[in-house]
Amino acid sequence: MSGKGICIDGLKKRYGAGDTAVDALKHVDMRVGPGEVVGLIGPSGSGKSTLLKCLGAVIDPSAGRMVLGDEVIYDNGWKVRDLRALRRDKIGFVFQAPYLIPFLDVTDNVALLPMLAGVSNGESRAKALELLSALDVQHRARAMPSQLSGGEQQRVSIARGLVNRPPVILADEPTAPLDSERALAVIRILNEMARKFQTAIIVVTHDEKIIPTFKRIYHIRDGVTQEESGEGRGFG
Amino acid sequence: MISLAGRDILHAWGKFAFTGLGLGLLIGVTLTMAGVYRGMVDDGKALLDNSGADLWVVQKDTLGPYAESSSVNDDVYRTILAMPGIARAANVTYLTMQVRGHDNDVRSMVVGIAPGKAGTTPGWPPYLVAGRQITRGHYEAVADIATGFKLGDRIAIRRNHYTVVGLTRRMVSASGDPMVFIPLKDAQEAQFLKDNDAIWQSRRRTEASPALNRPGVPGLLDAVIASQSTNPFVNAVLVTLKPGYEAEEVAASIRRWKRLTVYTRAQMEAILIGKLIATSARQIGMFLAILAVVSAAIVAFIIYTLTMDKIREIAVLKLIGTRNRTIAAMIMQQALALGIIGFVVGKISATFAAPLFPKYVLLMPVDSVASFGAVLLICVLASVVAIRIALGVDPAEAIGG
Ligand SMILES: Nc1ncnc2c1ncn2[C@@H]1O[C@H](COP(=O)(O)OP(=O)(O)OP(=O)(O)O)[C@@H](O)[C@H]1O
Ligand SMILES: [Mg+2]
Repeated sequence: MSGKGICIDGLKKRYGAGDTAVDALKHVDMRVGPGEVVGLIGPSGSGKSTLLKCLGAVIDPSAGRMVLGDEVIYDNGWKVRDLRALRRDKIGFVFQAPYLIPFLDVTDNVALLPMLAGVSNGESRAKALELLSALDVQHRARAMPSQLSGGEQQRVSIARGLVNRPPVILADEPTAPLDSERALAVIRILNEMARKFQTAIIVVTHDEKIIPTFKRIYHIRDGVTQEESGEGRGFG
Repeated sequence: MISLAGRDILHAWGKFAFTGLGLGLLIGVTLTMAGVYRGMVDDGKALLDNSGADLWVVQKDTLGPYAESSSVNDDVYRTILAMPGIARAANVTYLTMQVRGHDNDVRSMVVGIAPGKAGTTPGWPPYLVAGRQITRGHYEAVADIATGFKLGDRIAIRRNHYTVVGLTRRMVSASGDPMVFIPLKDAQEAQFLKDNDAIWQSRRRTEASPALNRPGVPGLLDAVIASQSTNPFVNAVLVTLKPGYEAEEVAASIRRWKRLTVYTRAQMEAILIGKLIATSARQIGMFLAILAVVSAAIVAFIIYTLTMDKIREIAVLKLIGTRNRTIAAMIMQQALALGIIGFVVGKISATFAAPLFPKYVLLMPVDSVASFGAVLLICVLASVVAIRIALGVDPAEAIGG
């Protein structure tokens, strides 16, 4: 599906200018292969969210290079014209809170993404149901988001992140609201999905209980990343 | 693609239904106000149509007999009758007053009609819904059913009593008061009638005047008193034309030879609508403007709050690649949906409320169409603020800190 996953080189982000400028990202290098789930951990204010926003094409980096799959999306300037389409087609988002659309049922919350890309309603819903089954929430397909448990909502939001088969998924503290059993289940699902769809997944987390499940972890401190490859880590 | 607006409305239908209902009542009031104006115009036209006249001959330089008072000698009609092109000419009097029934009094326009018969003599009620026309020269009346009088009722106009012998409908004055028709002689007397004491006083004053009470001229005093106690005036002469004569030409010749003011049907309508009800029309126009502003404010406020409630969802929608156009369309469609619900409720409530009003309320389809257009326009404008806010939402907000 994607050639090389995610490749970030020398990414910088400065907020503001002059005296009040903040260098949120000073030097970020990261590689995430297709089918791989890596953890991104760091203290508060270290630049984790800023990195996800740059990669998610919702804020402009200041310098550096980003490659998604085999497409250079940023090289000291955006290389794609339609960032909205880039987000829709190439990047799946999973948030700390599920942020489902309250007035759409579970199926349509997921099916909305292919619909936005111009896929027919029927086909979009078929895709959505396929993912909901993969995530084991197909029995809640017609429920409204408010009728789901927190864990179910999070699985629906993962399904939404995956439905367009993006080469990249960015997850910002996806397990924060869940107990450890559910948190581990979510990570297991992300691993399965990564393997199944050859997706490159970055999981930002503070969550001690899931940290041991990553094969590779990036630490970020004061806007600088450092890779740590753990021995004996891994899942399943 | 599914309709985001439709889904949101179905999800929050209670909010939409109640707002639509409130807006609808406001629109209902607006439609009714327009109907009140149309009713006034229609009352004016009915007044002119039902009088059966082609020309109105009134006191020189007045806008009579409806918009100003006018007084014409009651023998003028004879000389008018002799002029070319005139089919009929009949005296008429109009007097707005409280007419007393047996247990209530009703504000009415008392019309004095010249002897003749319905359908030919101008001024007569053209059709009856019950009873018969006036056949005797005194003390019979035909009343509009809006007065509430019944056949056989005894009604009092000034000091005289009349029997209601017929009922008619849609016979109203320009201000919507129902008409009561009585014989011309009675009406002239009613306009002039003074109480006994006043008559006695005036007679005593005449007797005391040496110029009028001359010992050498027998009969003078009696003649003076007789002329003082009759009323030789009417308010207007209603004229119908022979076929083939132009109203404006005949009017011009009456103006020239009789030194009276003459109005054609078109001029009379212009006076009624342009002068008599012009202030009321402006008053209603003011109300309509205020109601439009209030409706716009309500729609804008509701759409604004509905949008503010969805800021988080809108950020998510933008993050996952929803186009601005789609989000703007969602908000605008919701505003339009509110407008449509409101219009339907308003139209229904106005239709049911109109007959309950004491004066005629005429709901015209053209007004409904125009107000539907105005409602949609207001909704579109009202959604602009909310759309601007929604388009300003930063998709990065969905990712959070
Ligand atoms: N819009 C902004 N304007 C200016 N400075 C910002 C902005 N957003 C973040 N920052 C600064 O950039 C730095 C990195 O912020 P960021 O949100 O990426 O941290 P984080 O690692 O996500 O922290 P947390 O774990 O608390 O969420 C912080 O010093 C923060 O104050
Ligand atoms: Mg953060």
